[in-house]
Amino acid sequence: MAVTLKDVEHVALLAQLSFSEEEKARLTAQLNQILEYMEQLNSLDTADVEPLSHVIELSNVFRTDVNRPSLPREAILRNAPVRTEKFFKVPKVIGDR
Amino acid sequence: MQRTLTTYDQTRRALESGSTTCERTVEGYLESINTGKRLNAFLAVFGEKVLDEARAVDRKIAEGTAGPLAGMVVAVKDVICMRDEKVTCASKILENFVSLYDATVIERLRAADAVFIGKTNMDEFAMGSSTENSAFGAVLNPVDESRVPGGSSGGSCVAVAGGMAHTALGTDTGGSIRQPAAFCGIVGLKPTYGRVSRYGLVALSSSFDQIGPFAACVADAARVLHVMSGQDVNDSTSAAVPVPDYTAALTGNVAGLKVGVPWTVLGKGLQPEIRASVDRAVQRLREGGAHIEEIELPHSDYVISTYYILMTAEASSNLARYDGARYGYRSTTARNLSELYVQSRSEGFGQETKRRIMLGTYVLSAGYYDAYYRKAQKVRRMIQQDFFNAFENVDCVLTPTTPTTAFKFGEKTEDPLEMYLSDIFTVSANLAGLPGISVPFGKDGQGLPVGIQFVGRQFEESTILNAAYYLEQQEGR
Repeated sequence: MAVTLKDVEHVALLAQLSFSEEEKARLTAQLNQILEYMEQLNSLDTADVEPLSHVIELSNVFRTDVNRPSLPREAILRNAPVRTEKFFKVPKVIGDR
Repeated sequence: MQRTLTTYDQTRRALESGSTTCERTVEGYLESINTGKRLNAFLAVFGEKVLDEARAVDRKIAEGTAGPLAGMVVAVKDVICMRDEKVTCASKILENFVSLYDATVIERLRAADAVFIGKTNMDEFAMGSSTENSAFGAVLNPVDESRVPGGSSGGSCVAVAGGMAHTALGTDTGGSIRQPAAFCGIVGLKPTYGRVSRYGLVALSSSFDQIGPFAACVADAARVLHVMSGQDVNDSTSAAVPVPDYTAALTGNVAGLKVGVPWTVLGKGLQPEIRASVDRAVQRLREGGAHIEEIELPHSDYVISTYYILMTAEASSNLARYDGARYGYRSTTARNLSELYVQSRSEGFGQETKRRIMLGTYVLSAGYYDAYYRKAQKVRRMIQQDFFNAFENVDCVLTPTTPTTAFKFGEKTEDPLEMYLSDIFTVSANLAGLPGISVPFGKDGQGLPVGIQFVGRQFEESTILNAAYYLEQQEGR
């Protein structure tokens, strides 16, 4: 399953990242090297093994459903790169494309 | 060169006898931070603020109301939130982000009258094994400044190893506390998954991340762990398991303790001096009455692959939130929302972070999910089962913390896989959710510290703390 330059471009799109041509070439080589090493897992028979997603056997942790104070608007907007009085401000969503 | 570090136990006695104050202790550490600036351990230092905290603790000591960590000076990895302070994760993308609340670990340590001296440098978003990936420059190893301190919690480790704080908080996703502790010659502990609340910790890989302490001695690590542990309503992954008195567990008695050593795993690629330290540790444990048993960890060859597939997958998902819209770095050249996302992320994240996001996105993408991600989740269970099987016969597992001592700057930066392989002995504990501790034991021919690691059963930190305490006592004799 060799990774091609096209794969790298596709994954970059999914990850919302952009790279120069040079970076893409380097990433292609590095991902191939890393993934080739990871192919070793294919030598293991895992047909009867359940996937492990949580290392301590916890399930359905609930808390009581009561109101708790939330952060004031000013605090939330404190880290906004650009804001209006009450809102986060972003460039227009409907572009020129 | 390495100085003798002041332990919290020593300071505590001095505070109780009145021969020092918390304020003077803090002033001493601030002075060390200033003279050790070139080590680049800190991203923020709290001058007046920590002195105010120290004076408040001094008043409590005078009144006899001081808490269990009174006068302990703590440094905090800059991935843990402290209210009204920046939390940068050593990334340009969070360079100006200010926390709105305290992490639960901060609240608990503060309630015990510890004081916080500053935030420490790290690999960007805790991705790295050398602290060379910080957007704010690498951290130097105080034992040999031409070498890395390990990572990703390099700054926290150097804060303690360089005598700039009693203890420090780090995070360990695949070895990020234990590996730097080994490289710098101090104690580093990764608690069991679920032992410590992660509320207020910026998420990297949610099924692995744990917060734990760095300390100059095992007893100090035990004290901090005791205060920081326990269930938290704000973290549903924190476990409802009672917290024992870890300090009381430090008897130094290992008679009858069953220690497993995976000798076949240690046969490969180990620096000879590290092997010598392992042999000497085993010898000392035998002299103390411990039983050394050979154990098999049949899937140990697969730990790095499994770890890096799952870790990068989770990280790519966790880091999707940094898009330049509501907080964090925003590109100034974006003309529409789509460009805003891509450009803010591409300009804001560093090279290793982007590489891992790419790898993680790839293994989660359509067509590859089963082949990589799901496969790795299955192998993860097999690796965990290896440890559960071993723990039927032994109480803990001994390995070196790292295959080599601290490496030089730039030595592994061009070869990411080579860098990943330096985590070979530490990642297993994270994959299986087990506690692990690194304790300094011996040095190599160049005077670089060697770390011995004990890994224990889930929630049995007491066992590995005591085993590490025993070796520490042996080293002092």
